[in-house]
Amino acid sequence: MRRRAILGYGAPGVGAVALMLFVGWWQVDGPGGPEPIGQRPVALTAMDFRLTDHEGNAVGPETLIGRPTMAFFGFTYCPDVCPTTLSDISGWLDDLGDEADEMNVVFITVDPERDTVETMAEYVGYFHPAIRGWTGPEEQIARVADGFHATYERVPTESGDYTMNHSASVFLFAASGRFVTMIDYHEPREFAVPKIRRALEEETEGAT
Amino acid sequence: MKKYILTSTLAALLTLGGLSVPALAGPEDVVVENAWSRASIGMNRPGAAYMTIRNTGDEPVTLIGLTTPLAMMPEIHETKTNAEGVSSMTPAGEIAIAPGESVALESGGLHAMLMRLQEPMTEGDTFPLTLLFDDGGEVTVEVPILGIAARGPDD
Ligand SMILES: [Cu+2]
Repeated sequence: MRRRAILGYGAPGVGAVALMLFVGWWQVDGPGGPEPIGQRPVALTAMDFRLTDHEGNAVGPETLIGRPTMAFFGFTYCPDVCPTTLSDISGWLDDLGDEADEMNVVFITVDPERDTVETMAEYVGYFHPAIRGWTGPEEQIARVADGFHATYERVPTESGDYTMNHSASVFLFAASGRFVTMIDYHEPREFAVPKIRRALEEETEGAT
Repeated sequence: MKKYILTSTLAALLTLGGLSVPALAGPEDVVVENAWSRASIGMNRPGAAYMTIRNTGDEPVTLIGLTTPLAMMPEIHETKTNAEGVSSMTPAGEIAIAPGESVALESGGLHAMLMRLQEPMTEGDTFPLTLLFDDGGEVTVEVPILGIAARGPDD
């Protein structure tokens, strides 16, 4: 509701958005940006890691080059954020229909101790069939997270188990491997789907 | 003063009103709507349940805990996502609901975390979840278990 209202502000709103975008650019990429750490992932072509998908295939960043990619982190013992994100993604893919067919969609676990290949296979099976589950040795997961500038942390729970804090954004890459944008957790569908389209369109532009 | 009455009438009214969850018993001032949860894979993973808790009375109510035969450690949790996009979960503690206000337990915010499941959560089943209030009042709701990929109470 609130978002519709924002869209309704018209021309002054456009100006304000342009200003916000400029400020955003200034702070993120521009001279106002913090020097060493960017939040944005590096290009997939600059990443180096070896994982296994939920069907047992060896995969790495090169697996994703050539098609646009949607990737995110989570773990299958996650009761709230991860099933919600996976359901959201399934919904976005349904909305995109055929458009999404040429896209990689990867769910990368940050909890390889519990998320074996078999576990990932069972879990992703409940969601959109395009979603692949990737796992691997802890040190390889750490390399993926490095490349994405994503973080994760193991936290003990009162029940004697542990849970994982982790980056909950969905990352979008063009077919070239270039990082395009990310969808923040809880971003509404009317924002998420156009962002995915942007990643899909970059592919076409890059190909010409 | 709040009265605690077995409110089969209320349950009937709620059912007639098209709400998915009839309150079985409890403080007549507290209404629980749109309760739902996701099926679990086995019993090792924690479950989560969602609902809206509405205080229709004239006095504040404070939710202090949960009980359910389904889980040894049910607890209200809050998921927070920080400026870096990192999400984490912590116990939410007591939740005060002012008169006329409601609190939403929804994906990515508050949720009833169901730790140490006693049996798997099977799609199509329901389970009773009792909300405990600071004045000794209780409200029990029957929570439907939807599919693992459910997005909300209507899925
Ligand atoms: Cu929780």
